[in-house]
Amino acid sequence: MATLKIDDPRVIEFDVRTDEMLINMGPQHPSTHGVLRLVLRSDGEVVSDVEPHLGYLHRCAEKIGENLTARQWIPYTDRMDYLAAMNMNLGWSLVIEKMLEYDLPERGRHLRVIISEMGRIASHLVAMGTYGLDLGSFTPFLYGFREREKILNLFEEACGARLTYSYLTPGGATADLPSGWTDSCRQFLAEFKEVIPELHTLLTTNSIFVSRTAGIGVMSAKMAIDYGCTGPVLRGSGVYHDLRFHGEERYTEMYDGYIFDVICADPETGKYPESNYEFHGDSLDYPEIPRQAILGDCWHRFYVRMLEVVQSVRLVEQAIEKYEATSGDWGKPIRLIQKLPVKEAYMETEAPRGQMGFYVVGDGDSIPWRVRARSSSFCNLSVTAPLCQGILLADIPAIVGSLDVVMGEIDR
Amino acid sequence: MSDIPLVAELRTKFGEGIIDVNLEAIDEWVEVTPQVLVEVCQFLKQAEGFRFDMCNSITVVDYLHTDPKKAAKVDWDPHLEVVYHLSSIATKLTLVLKVKIPRWKNGVEGDLPTVPSVAQVWATADWHEREAYDLSGVNFLGHPNLKRILCPDDWEGHPLRKDYEMPMEYHGIRNR
Repeated sequence: MATLKIDDPRVIEFDVRTDEMLINMGPQHPSTHGVLRLVLRSDGEVVSDVEPHLGYLHRCAEKIGENLTARQWIPYTDRMDYLAAMNMNLGWSLVIEKMLEYDLPERGRHLRVIISEMGRIASHLVAMGTYGLDLGSFTPFLYGFREREKILNLFEEACGARLTYSYLTPGGATADLPSGWTDSCRQFLAEFKEVIPELHTLLTTNSIFVSRTAGIGVMSAKMAIDYGCTGPVLRGSGVYHDLRFHGEERYTEMYDGYIFDVICADPETGKYPESNYEFHGDSLDYPEIPRQAILGDCWHRFYVRMLEVVQSVRLVEQAIEKYEATSGDWGKPIRLIQKLPVKEAYMETEAPRGQMGFYVVGDGDSIPWRVRARSSSFCNLSVTAPLCQGILLADIPAIVGSLDVVMGEIDR
Repeated sequence: MSDIPLVAELRTKFGEGIIDVNLEAIDEWVEVTPQVLVEVCQFLKQAEGFRFDMCNSITVVDYLHTDPKKAAKVDWDPHLEVVYHLSSIATKLTLVLKVKIPRWKNGVEGDLPTVPSVAQVWATADWHEREAYDLSGVNFLGHPNLKRILCPDDWEGHPLRKDYEMPMEYHGIRNR
């Protein structure tokens, strides 16, 4: 009997082993939301290690802040989370007001609620659209952007800019809302409410979407807190924490008298708050949670955002009523060279992507001694490495997309 | 808002380790020595009734006037302040911890001053400390992976130092 010679390379394939590979993903990869670069260590399809590399958009905004006055730095806050620039303006305005112990007039308070909640809707629409895009479906992106466009039109009417607004300033806002704005906003909300069920059918209950996201990237509440995750990422893990309820008094009093829910599943029952959403006079139930979904997975993070949009609509509706019922001053911006006291203040607000904090140290000059921006996306992204261990390569866009990061805010 | 029992408890537990407490500040702060920092953090995270389970941000503030005229007017010597903003999801409390360190280790320019790392206490401190190291030049002892995070690995200097000067060029790119 002739012995089998295995010099032939084709025979070796029965004992084949895949070698570990280092795969570079980004910084120009479309599903990394800007210029995030991930270095993946993978064995075949299984990823064993992920290392995010940041800084491609780093401008050292904090250093720039040490050379400008408090009001001059507002445009730089726009360029952090450029998808929710209004909320960035708000965070910076509040911390300066906290330092100056300035109290905003009533009308300005409601104006801010309208503007920041509209900003949240716009931001969550992009989050929804791009998340669909990450997972290979282009349609939701167009639907999300169509609605966002209407919000941008409203913002343009209010302040002249479409992306980087610099509208909310320490002391109030650069201008009052133009006459007739609230009517256009009401009309938008009425139209938008019709679209929400449509958006849900596009992704939330879409079976391909569900199988790509449900049960993927499960993050426990403990892990989310430990890694400093905030916003929808934290609430998606079932942690009942929203700064609009639990934040500092200076921030929560902005929402005094408003009725809305914190969107977060009860960790015991797994149930979300009841739908208070009226649709053609009937209460519309939220889509059901698919049975594959586990609390803390990608699907839940997405779902929290989708439901928060409804809460924001509720808030804007209430805010318009309150805004119209109050007259008087909306709050004039502080002087361009307003001197800051020799004090320091830190303040966090609930931006669409999580808790955005600003820290400012004054030295008696109008230019702050030190400015610091605590970025929500930065902390949310830090969880990718532990979350992406031992998963499939194709799940990486699903996980990173569900964290909804904006690189402008991470790199600052 | 942190309350008085917390300060009292810290004082009895750490004694000399607590250098200063300011309850009049906008955000009340407690200054501790670098030696007890990790223990204080561990205590704050676990202590019943406080449970500071979240480390929101770590900031390094550089106190240095490069202008000698201005430096003569202030009542502090040049130093760095590492500021920890802590909060609690369980109890909704907030607290500011401060650690004062020299600008350079043993006064040798270029030798980074050290602070013990709290990355073992809160996982989020890992990236915050990397950022503080990168931009402000503080060496966090015991950090699992202390390298630059926002600037390129071969970047020179720490931009948020007050005496930082932007390099003239970086890989053939003119900066100034």
